[in-house]
Amino acid sequence: MAHFKKKQAKSGANDIPTASLPDIIFMLLIFFMVTTVLRETTVQVRTTLPKAEALTKIEQKRLVSYIWIGPLKQGLNQFGPTSIQIDDALVEDMTVIRSIMYRKWQEQPRLIVSLRVDETSEMGVVTRVQQELREAGTLRINYSSKRDISNL
Amino acid sequence: MALLKKKERSEAEIPTASMADIAFLLLIFFLVTTTIDVDTGIGMVLPPKLEDDVEPPPIRERNMLKILVNETGQVLLEDKPSGVNMIRDEVVKHVTNNGSDPNYSVSPTSAIVSIKTSSQTPYDTYIQVLDEVWMGYFNIWNSELRRMGMGGVTYTEAPDDVKVAIRKDYPAAISIAEPDDLEQ
Repeated sequence: MAHFKKKQAKSGANDIPTASLPDIIFMLLIFFMVTTVLRETTVQVRTTLPKAEALTKIEQKRLVSYIWIGPLKQGLNQFGPTSIQIDDALVEDMTVIRSIMYRKWQEQPRLIVSLRVDETSEMGVVTRVQQELREAGTLRINYSSKRDISNL
Repeated sequence: MALLKKKERSEAEIPTASMADIAFLLLIFFLVTTTIDVDTGIGMVLPPKLEDDVEPPPIRERNMLKILVNETGQVLLEDKPSGVNMIRDEVVKHVTNNGSDPNYSVSPTSAIVSIKTSSQTPYDTYIQVLDEVWMGYFNIWNSELRRMGMGGVTYTEAPDDVKVAIRKDYPAAISIAEPDDLEQ
């Protein structure tokens, strides 16, 4: 019993040292602050992305510019005609795309245009957008799609 | 002198007890707002805009694998109706033909896969077809990796210099033809 008591006394206060706790938490905090991308645009069109297998990842997010194509959201579960959205605004006239994208391309020559197209869209509109992208010279595109889990 | 000693202030200290709590709160905020989703998709490079007076280079018929997708999503592979799932093997056969079958390509570097849609083709079907074509190329690249003795890794995991080397021998030449019935 004496031996037992001695051992306990030796170890002293057995609290977890909390002095470095703020540092650890700050470390985590900084990690999440750096990785967070606050969403700056509200998407006004529905884009249910298609599923695919041959996917590649876009590593450099700052090179990416998005074009959303899909039915316009009009209230709960109601959708309008297929519309195109770039940044925060809907595109009415297709020919505007080339000047918008050309400006973006001048700022970032390695621009990747991510096409987030709703799976129910028709190819006609996608092809027209692609023609505009060719006019603008932004040739690197990416058909945004989700991983097909059913095949795995 | 005694008065002076009395005035001496104790060392100013910021109370640090609540520091961890503050940090925790901020941490939780960023934890909640963070979305670590990697953007995935099928990458393509569009052909540069053609000048009006420049004719597109001539392509030998046998080097081109034609895939047509109509408005209901039916697929015509080299003028034969077929399923989407058959495209993959056909692409592999076409690209790695090396001139043996007269219907397929002369060499992997000259092989072209052409996808043509109608303007009413559903985007979903188009992506499925494009995905199959890409998977065909991925299969070729993976077997090339195995041949090089790097069977343990798939093409996507391979180092960049290996990727470049493989794609030099087996370039993915996918042409997206514009629909004939496109309204301007």
